[in-house]
Amino acid sequence: MPLIDNTGQQTADAWTSLPDDAPATSGPIIVSLTRLLAESPALPAPLGVLIPPDAKLETLALHLPHLALVAIAFPKFRDGRGFTLARTLREQYHFTGELRATGHPLPDQFVALLRCGITTVDVPATQKIETWRELLTQRGVPAETPLPFIRRSALPYGARG
Amino acid sequence: MNHVAPASQAGIYRYDTVDKDFLAARVEAFRHQVTRRLAGELTEDEFKPLRLLNGLYLQLHGYMLRCAIPYGIMSSQQLRRFARIARVYDRGYGHFTTRQNLQFNWIRLVDAPDILDELADDNLHAIQTSGNCIRNVTTDQFAGAAADEVIDPRVYAEILRQWSTDHPEFAFLPRKFKIAITGSTHDRTAARLHDIGVLAKRNENGEPGFEIFAGGGLGRTPIVGMRLRDFLPEPDFIAYVEAILRVYNALGRRDNIYKARIKILVQETGADAFTKLVEEEFARLPRALYRLDPALVDAILARFGSPDFATLPDASPTLDSARATHPEFARWLKTNTNPHRIPGYISATISLKPIGGIPGDATAEQMDAVADLADRYSFGEIRVAHEQNLVLAHVRKDDLAQLWRELGPLGLATPNTGLVTDIIACPGLDYCDLASARSIPIAQSISARFADLERQHHIGELHLNISGCINACAHHHVGHIGILGVDKRGAEAYQITIGGAADEQAAIGTIIGASVPAEQVPDVIEALVAIYLKHRHPNERFIDAVRRLGPTQFKEAVHAADR
Repeated sequence: MPLIDNTGQQTADAWTSLPDDAPATSGPIIVSLTRLLAESPALPAPLGVLIPPDAKLETLALHLPHLALVAIAFPKFRDGRGFTLARTLREQYHFTGELRATGHPLPDQFVALLRCGITTVDVPATQKIETWRELLTQRGVPAETPLPFIRRSALPYGARG
Repeated sequence: MNHVAPASQAGIYRYDTVDKDFLAARVEAFRHQVTRRLAGELTEDEFKPLRLLNGLYLQLHGYMLRCAIPYGIMSSQQLRRFARIARVYDRGYGHFTTRQNLQFNWIRLVDAPDILDELADDNLHAIQTSGNCIRNVTTDQFAGAAADEVIDPRVYAEILRQWSTDHPEFAFLPRKFKIAITGSTHDRTAARLHDIGVLAKRNENGEPGFEIFAGGGLGRTPIVGMRLRDFLPEPDFIAYVEAILRVYNALGRRDNIYKARIKILVQETGADAFTKLVEEEFARLPRALYRLDPALVDAILARFGSPDFATLPDASPTLDSARATHPEFARWLKTNTNPHRIPGYISATISLKPIGGIPGDATAEQMDAVADLADRYSFGEIRVAHEQNLVLAHVRKDDLAQLWRELGPLGLATPNTGLVTDIIACPGLDYCDLASARSIPIAQSISARFADLERQHHIGELHLNISGCINACAHHHVGHIGILGVDKRGAEAYQITIGGAADEQAAIGTIIGASVPAEQVPDVIEALVAIYLKHRHPNERFIDAVRRLGPTQFKEAVHAADR
């Protein structure tokens, strides 16, 4: 699936998603949460993990300093748990690596994903990358105003004070 | 449209360019979505949650557009815009809802983007009036006016509006999420029956804060909410609400639509464990980022503007003389007004419950006329009560009789607020594809049966709610008398409850027997009222008599009426 960055541009995907039964190769790999928890010290860097929407972030906390990427699964676009996971990873766990949305998000959710701290999206094969880009331009990002907290929540993650 | 609204409008939050740009972008995005849907780029399954986030439902006969009226307060100019939408795009009328919103029932999909464009011209929209998101926040229809008010809840309702609008994290919740806020000791918002209910109050030092309830709701599983905090300090308001939503978004059930509301999460988790989850999340939140700065509260309050109240004596000889000479006015005064905090002013309820009419419906002509009356008598401001009536909140007592005289010819002076014909009803099977039975004709037949105003006033306060299905849009569980439409082996039938209440003594009604066919409903109501009249103490309301007597005698009466 094509990968886009936070500006909607297609970008090369350096990461390989590793099935649970495949031997750990070198190079950037994404493993399942189960595998991460079981084999963590033996897994090579740079390392990423794919977490399901019901992931308990407490179990991931110890591993976060060793992770360069967390991919959050959005199995259905109607399942909004991934937004909470993303925002919690940024605000409470101070995760600064790549946060990737994968599964079946909609282009109409792009701005919300970015605002929750997502930085890359695996665009589902059924969707056009142009639509994602168009919706980002169209929805724009509201300008800063003198109303700090409430307006600040309307800014993408990195732009916050 | 050449009408000039008064310069000093009360209680209307003034939008800035951020709000306006956001609305414009939102309309464009929706137009884009409609185009993609029509081009087949979006499936109906994908389009549905997107159109719902813009208030567009697919009903029995076509699309319905539910327009937001944030916390039920609008300007005369906005009401005129609604009148125009009704006239141009609908069949000349609209329906005010229990969420203080306005629905148009006969909308075409192709017109929807143009309607949203028009609405945006007057800072109106249909954002988050449906879908599994934080819905329009509701508040007391007498907010900022009521004599019994401790804190004006509008500023906090506006803060919740800004916070929840397009909130990136909470647009795809397990299910819809409703918040009500009141600032009076007498709760007119049914706060304890909402996903979150907020009672703004002051501590002994006079500082503002909030009593917080969560997990209340109606529908299939009616539950009175639990108290999470007795006094949450103002700066923590957003952080705490956010903590509740975050716990719900992460843990609320997504496997079964009927078990997806927060009330089920609270019940299944247990009140203590749920409180602990919220408090832990609250403790983890970066408090500085979420802090509600009192200066910000003041800044938002300032943008409401303040009505230019005159200094008046509280007594009004004009009003007193009208009351003495016109018994009909005296009757209306008794039921359709509420005491105001400013001497010489009073709040007036405009009943949208004419005898035999459709509860909550207003024609385009009535909307225009009410807008004009609001300009002349109430600083150009109109409220929608959750009971589906309109309110002019700031009327001079000296003007009240004249206002009443002008309402009469418009069919808007029915003196029945809080009485048995002030029926709350959902659209029911006449419009809604979820309904099991019709609601409107039942409301009309009860209204016709109790048409005699003398008799209605003799019966006194009696809240009657009719829902066409178990989703309980008309809050039948908390009606003093509740009527629920059910499907009984393919026929429409009605189950009746008594003893429900939505106020600070919130309670779920008790079912009093087998369901009855439509034509028997007025007889059953009649029988219930007869038992009450027979046994009531002087000045005892229906609901108080039901609480004292218990349901048995009422059950027997229904049983007798059924034979």
